[in-house]
Amino acid sequence: MKLRHGAFSYLPDLTDDEIAAQVRYALDQGWPVSIEYTDDPHPRNIYWEMWGLPMFDLTEPDGVLAQINDCRATFPHHYVRVLAYDARLGRQTTALSFLVQRPAEEPGFRLDRVEGSDRTQRYAVTSYAAARPAGARYATG
Amino acid sequence: MDMNGETKERWDPGVQSYAGMGYWNPDYVPKDTDVLAVFRVTPQAGVDPIEAAAAVAGESSTATWTVVWTDRLTANTHYQAKAYRVEEVPGRPGEYFAYIAYDLDLFEEGSIANLTSSIIGNVFGFKPLSALRLEDLRIPVAYTKTFQGPAHGIVMEREMLNKYGRPLLGATIKPKLGLSARNYGRVVYEACRGGLDFTKDDENINSQPFMRWRDRFLYAMEGVNRAMAETGEMKGHYLNVTGGTMEQMYERAEFAKELGSVVVMIDLTVGYTAMQSMAHWARTNGVLLHLHRAGHSTYTRQKTHGVSFRVIAKWSRLIGVDHVHAGTVVGKLEGDPATTRGYYDTLRENHVPANLANGIFFDQDWASMPGVMPVASGGIHAGQMHQLLDLFSDDVILQFGGGTIGHPLGIAAGAEANRVALEAMVKARNEGKDLLREGPEVLRTAAQTNRPLEVALATWGEVTFDYTSTDAPDAVPTATPVG
Amino acid sequence: MSGFGYYRPDAQAAGDAAPTTSAQEQPTPEEAGDEEPTLPPDAELDLAADEVAAKVEEVLATLDVELVGLAPVKRRVREIASLLLVDRARRQFGLTTSRPTLHMSFTGGPGTGKTTVALRMAEMLHALGYLRVPRVHTVTRDDLVGQFIGHTAPKTKEALAKAAGGVLFIDEAYYLFRPENERDYGQEVIEILLTEMEKERGDLVVIFAGYPDRMATFFGANPGLSSRVPHHIAFEDYTHEELMQIADLMLLGESFRFDEEARAAFDSYLTLRQQRPNFSNARSVRNAIERSRLRQARRLVELSRPLTRDDLVTLTAADIRGSSVFAEASQMSG
Repeated sequence: MKLRHGAFSYLPDLTDDEIAAQVRYALDQGWPVSIEYTDDPHPRNIYWEMWGLPMFDLTEPDGVLAQINDCRATFPHHYVRVLAYDARLGRQTTALSFLVQRPAEEPGFRLDRVEGSDRTQRYAVTSYAAARPAGARYATG
Repeated sequence: MDMNGETKERWDPGVQSYAGMGYWNPDYVPKDTDVLAVFRVTPQAGVDPIEAAAAVAGESSTATWTVVWTDRLTANTHYQAKAYRVEEVPGRPGEYFAYIAYDLDLFEEGSIANLTSSIIGNVFGFKPLSALRLEDLRIPVAYTKTFQGPAHGIVMEREMLNKYGRPLLGATIKPKLGLSARNYGRVVYEACRGGLDFTKDDENINSQPFMRWRDRFLYAMEGVNRAMAETGEMKGHYLNVTGGTMEQMYERAEFAKELGSVVVMIDLTVGYTAMQSMAHWARTNGVLLHLHRAGHSTYTRQKTHGVSFRVIAKWSRLIGVDHVHAGTVVGKLEGDPATTRGYYDTLRENHVPANLANGIFFDQDWASMPGVMPVASGGIHAGQMHQLLDLFSDDVILQFGGGTIGHPLGIAAGAEANRVALEAMVKARNEGKDLLREGPEVLRTAAQTNRPLEVALATWGEVTFDYTSTDAPDAVPTATPVG
Repeated sequence: MSGFGYYRPDAQAAGDAAPTTSAQEQPTPEEAGDEEPTLPPDAELDLAADEVAAKVEEVLATLDVELVGLAPVKRRVREIASLLLVDRARRQFGLTTSRPTLHMSFTGGPGTGKTTVALRMAEMLHALGYLRVPRVHTVTRDDLVGQFIGHTAPKTKEALAKAAGGVLFIDEAYYLFRPENERDYGQEVIEILLTEMEKERGDLVVIFAGYPDRMATFFGANPGLSSRVPHHIAFEDYTHEELMQIADLMLLGESFRFDEEARAAFDSYLTLRQQRPNFSNARSVRNAIERSRLRQARRLVELSRPLTRDDLVTLTAADIRGSSVFAEASQMSG
C-alpha cells in the first residue's frame, strides 16, 4: 500500500532537487514553509508533529532542505511532509502540502464495520501500524 | 402605448412614459448601498431605447402600466428604480445595455427569492421589449452581509479534506440512469480508489424505480469508505438529495450525514428558497453542499434573453453553496474563455474588479464572504490537463466522468491517469514550466512511467470540442452611450 | 522566533532507531551557472568578448565610481575577479573541476566601505556563477549566538538559511570568540560555520569583517577557520582629502553644497573629528552632514524672509561650526 497524502503522492517520490524546486515555489509565493512528521498516517489525523515552527523570511530553499534532512535523520521510518502556509486575507490556510519521506514498508489500513439497523454500517479506518506503540510502528524499514 | 407622456403632469391619470414618471435619471449617482443591474435590452421596433430602459426600471420596481394615485401615499421616488445609463451594445444593432440602480429598501434581507422576484419577476415578459437579458448585478456589501454565504467555502473545504495545493478531482457516475445500487457503488469505489477525490451523482439521479435513494446512499458510502482505507486519504461522493419536497430533501440529507458523507448535492431546479434552506442545513451539519446547475442553460445561454450565468454565480455565492458547476471552456458544454474566467473570479475572489472583457460590468466586493469552489465538468479528459490548470489554477474541481469510467483499462485506471496527469502538471507548474507550451511534453513524460495515463492519452489525446461559443461578452470598453 | 529556534526531539525521545549513517543525500541545489561543454585543447577564449567578464567589469566600474579612494581595496577586488575569471576559463578547458574557496575577510575600521564592497562582491560572484543570488545577509554575534543551551545551533542555522545562495556577512566576527569564557556559545557558532564552509558544493560565501588587529587575533585563535578563508582585503582609513571628496559626493547626491567658508569649516571639523575616539570614516562624514542640515533648517526657518533656491541648497559655515566638536576643542585648548 502506498499512502496517498499530499499533492504529489501519485508521482514517483520526489528527489531532493525536486523538493527544493517545490520549496522555492512556495517561498516565491511568500509562503513560509514548515516540516511535520508522523507515524500515524490516518486520513483524519490532521496534526502531525511539528519539526519546529514554520520557517519565516527565507528566500532560498537550502535551509528547508537542511531541516528536512535533519528530520529524516532523526525519524528515518516516519512519514515526513512539507507544508506551505498562505497568510493572505481570505486564505490564511495551508497552501501546499507534500510528502518528502515515507516508510519503506506501508501496511496500510483496515476497514472496520459495525452493523447498524436497516442495513446501515458504521465504518472506521484503522492504520495497521498504529496498533503498535508510537515510535515503534515502522521501525523495520 | 402612449410615448408622449413628457408633456403631461407626473400625476395626471392615464398612461405616461416610464421615463417621464422618473424611472430614467441620467444624473443619478448610484449609492454604495444600491443594487446595480445591467440589462441587455432589445426594444421592439420603434421603441426608444431610453424609454425601454426606464420601463425595465419601472416594471422591476414600483411601476405599473398606468399612473396610480396610491403612489402618492409612499415615498415614491425612494422606491423607484432608476435607469441611469444606456449604451449601444458594440457590434449588435438594436441591442442596448441599460444600467439600473435599485435602492436597498426594495429587497428583503437574505432572500434570493425576493431579490429575483423583484429584478427578474415580471419584466422579462414585457411586451414593448422583444428580448431582455440580465447581464450583471452589483450586490452592495450592505445586502451581501444579510446572506449566510457558502456553508463552508473553499478554505474550509480544503481543511475538511486535508488536500492542498492542487485542483480536486471528481467524476460523475455513468451511465446516468439505470445502474442498480450495487453496480453504482462499484463505480464509486473504483473511481475513488483509483485516485479521484470525489465521485458524483448526476442531476437526474434522485430516487427512481431502478435505484431508490436510500440504497444508492448505502452502496455509495460503502465504496467511499473502502476507497479511503485503500488510499489513506479523504474521499467523498456527492449524494444528490434533490427530492419532490423539502421534507424529502431534509430526510435524505440527514441520512447522508449519518452515513458519514462529507458532501451532499442539490440541483438548481429545486429553487432558490430550497437551496438557501439546504445551505443553512449544510452549515449546521458540517456537510459540504454541491450545486448542479441543472436547467440553467434554458435562460443563461442565449445572449439576448434570460439571465447571464455570472448573475447565477453571484446568487449561488449568496445562497451559500460550496460547489457550483461553472464551465470548462475546453469541454463539451458552452463556455467562452473570457466569460468563464469572469464566472470563476465571481465565485472565488474576495474583490472582483469590473472587467468588461470578461463580462464583469461592476466592481464586486464580497466582504470576506468565503468563495465557492467552481466545478469544471463535461467532456474533459487527462490530455487537456495543462489547459485546465492554466485556465482555472488550483481552486477548482475537475470532473472527468467519461474520461474516468470510459478508460480502456477500467475505472480505477482512468482515475489514476487523471490523478497522475494532474499531479505531474501541478508539479511542473510549480517548477516554473510554461503549461501551455510544455504541458503536452509533461504529460508524455509522466505517461512513460504510468501505463494508465499512457493509455488515456492514446485514447483521448486528440479529442476536442472546438465550437464557437454562443455567450461571449459583447461589452468592450468602446461602448457608445445613447443617453 | 522562527522555525529554527524550536525544540526538536531527538531520536531517543521518539523511541526510534537512531540512523547509523545519514542515508539521505545532502541537498543539491541547482548549479547557478550550468557548465558549458569542455572546450577542445586548441580552442581560444577571448575574455574581452566574454559576457560574464563584461558583467564583472561592470560591477568593478560601479565600485570605482561609488567609492572614493580605497585604491588597495579596489586593486585587491580586481585581483580576485581576475583569479576567478581565469579559474572559470580553466574549467572551460577542463583543466580544473573544483570550486575555488571563496570565503573572505574584510578588515578595516568602521565606515571604510566594507558593506558596499561586500554587495559588489556578491554581484560579481553571482555573475561568475558562484552564487545563486547577488544578496548579502548581514549578521552580528547577537544573530548567531543563543541565550541558553540548544539555542545557538537553531539561530545559526536560521542565519545560514536566510543567507543561502548568497553572502553571509558577519560584522565584528571576533565577538564570536571569547577565550576568557570557555563555555561561551560562540564556539558552537564557529563550528557550525566551519561545517557549512567546508561543504564541497556549498554556494554560500562567508565574509568575516571587523577591525584588523582583533581579526588577526580571532583568526590566530581559530586556525581551522583561517585556513578556509583565503581572501583577505584590508580597508585603510580614509585620508583627509578622501573624506572631503566623500562629503562633496554625498552633498551632490542630495542637492546640497558648501559655500567657501563652509568648506573651510568642514575641513577643520574633519581634522578635529579624526582625532577624537569612535571616528567612523565615511559614516562620520554622513552623520556630520545630517546634523549640519538640521542646523541649516533651523537657521532658514528663523530667517523670517522669503527663501531662495540658493538658500535651500547652501550649507554655510555657521551650519558646520555649530557642531559640539568645535566647542569641546576650544574648551580643551582654552
